[in-house]
Amino acid sequence: MKKAGARLYTFLMFLFLYAPILVLIVFSFNDTDTGSRSVWGGFSLRWYQKLFEDRLILEALCNTLLIAVIAAVGSTILGTMAAIGIRSMKRIPRRIMMNVTNFPMVNPEIVTGVSLMLLFVFAVRLLGGRSLGMGSLIAAHITFCLPYVILSVLPKLRQMNPNLYEAAQDLGCPPVKAFFKVVLPEILPGIVTGMIMAFTLSIDDFVISYFTSGTTQTLPIYIYSMTRKRVSPEINALSTVLFGAVMVLLLIVNIRQKKEKPSWEKKEEETL
Amino acid sequence: MKSNSKALSAPYTVWMVIFIVVPMLLVGYFAFTDKSGQFTLENLLSVGQYSNVFLRSIWLGALATVLSLLLGYPLAYIIARMSEKQQSVMVMLTMLPMWMNFLLRTYAWMSLLEDNGLINSALSALGLPKAHMINTAGAVVLGMVYNYIPYMILPLYSVLTKIDPSVIEAAQDLGANDRKVFLRVVLPMSMPGMISGVTMVFVPAVSTFIISKMLGGGGNLLIGDLIDMQFLGSAYNPNLGSAISLVLMVIILICMGIMNQFDDGENVGGGVLP
Repeated sequence: MKKAGARLYTFLMFLFLYAPILVLIVFSFNDTDTGSRSVWGGFSLRWYQKLFEDRLILEALCNTLLIAVIAAVGSTILGTMAAIGIRSMKRIPRRIMMNVTNFPMVNPEIVTGVSLMLLFVFAVRLLGGRSLGMGSLIAAHITFCLPYVILSVLPKLRQMNPNLYEAAQDLGCPPVKAFFKVVLPEILPGIVTGMIMAFTLSIDDFVISYFTSGTTQTLPIYIYSMTRKRVSPEINALSTVLFGAVMVLLLIVNIRQKKEKPSWEKKEEETL
Repeated sequence: MKSNSKALSAPYTVWMVIFIVVPMLLVGYFAFTDKSGQFTLENLLSVGQYSNVFLRSIWLGALATVLSLLLGYPLAYIIARMSEKQQSVMVMLTMLPMWMNFLLRTYAWMSLLEDNGLINSALSALGLPKAHMINTAGAVVLGMVYNYIPYMILPLYSVLTKIDPSVIEAAQDLGANDRKVFLRVVLPMSMPGMISGVTMVFVPAVSTFIISKMLGGGGNLLIGDLIDMQFLGSAYNPNLGSAISLVLMVIILICMGIMNQFDDGENVGGGVLP
């Protein structure tokens, strides 16, 4: 009885979480001339056709991916360096650094966005730049991705045996080589996790981009203007494509993890 | 390693000063000056005009947080008691909707809640009267709960799954009934998860401006909408906008301070988190 209740509750909660997404997907195939979101008029792929003919959407998609790649790589390099630096600091400077790092994560996004907008507008006026755009978007994205990279690299550094690096140097390895041969492989999982997080956060970000983009369109900003201006099942088609892409990505990651697991476990046994 | 690796964080320090510290100082500067750059308290004083908007934001945000906790806790508890394999599937299913852009998820609710939307169509097909749902405060709360409930479920789950079953068994052996076990053992031990869940839902909910715009129509203005209007909207006034942002930050800091107080008090002897 208790178990049935638990099952029912789980089912209802997941229905709540997935019903709207399901509705979006179903109505992306709706054949309608009025663009209705609730009257079913038969199956059609016309909204997909329209979507792929929409030059603005494709442009926004390109911008989004470009920004995400640059922001992910930039924040990963800066963040990894920062994590190594923070790890070797004394207690008080480390605490200060960690507080500054945590700040953007607890600060409301809208305040971060607004404050960066003030900075960029100020900089444009001071330096005589053109206007906000790709440059300010990339800087903003690196800024909000950095804490996530640092917080995923730091635990790996903490787990690492600090003597390894010194042992490599004692054996005659120059510091830079010792870093790449000894430290980097140890913390690589944390770096990769941080980079993936940065990439997805950047793709998904709306609020901070909204305030720092000027006239440049990213996908979330374009979606926002679509929901404001017109009601079109094109948005549904776009959601379906994006959702499909995420599903495929997650499946690939899962399959890779399953494949990798045995070898990883073997390695663990060897080291034991 | 120590001496030269400290220098590695220098670029990050410079970056954070330019893109976090300076912008925050700018918000402070704008909040305390007028258009010509003269010092003034007028911006902060005129924030008082909008106290109804602030109260509405806090009220709706708090309501959404409580609802997320009440709805999310049982689910997190159920998931935590499943087999390990089922757990990872369930956690994945909880996270999956978050991978869809939140604008799209909110848009989906628009088509469900509209006056001619799916829910109303279903109601009239069943012969029931139509309900007006879109552009109400209830729709805004629903949108908040829907968008942010995964942030409540996940930290709760990760705390609940770490509770040693033998602790619960011990309580049962000592004669506690189910209710007592939950109130005296499980609930106190899940406090850290509740606190991070509450903050992770409350902060974005209280400062949102999209959900209120899309689901609340024009009549349910929130703090986020006010800020948006001062920076990118019709009422362009970055000085007032900065003052509102500053007040919003202070409110959130106070709320988090209160929550952390809770944490310290309850965590004694709990020790669930690593």
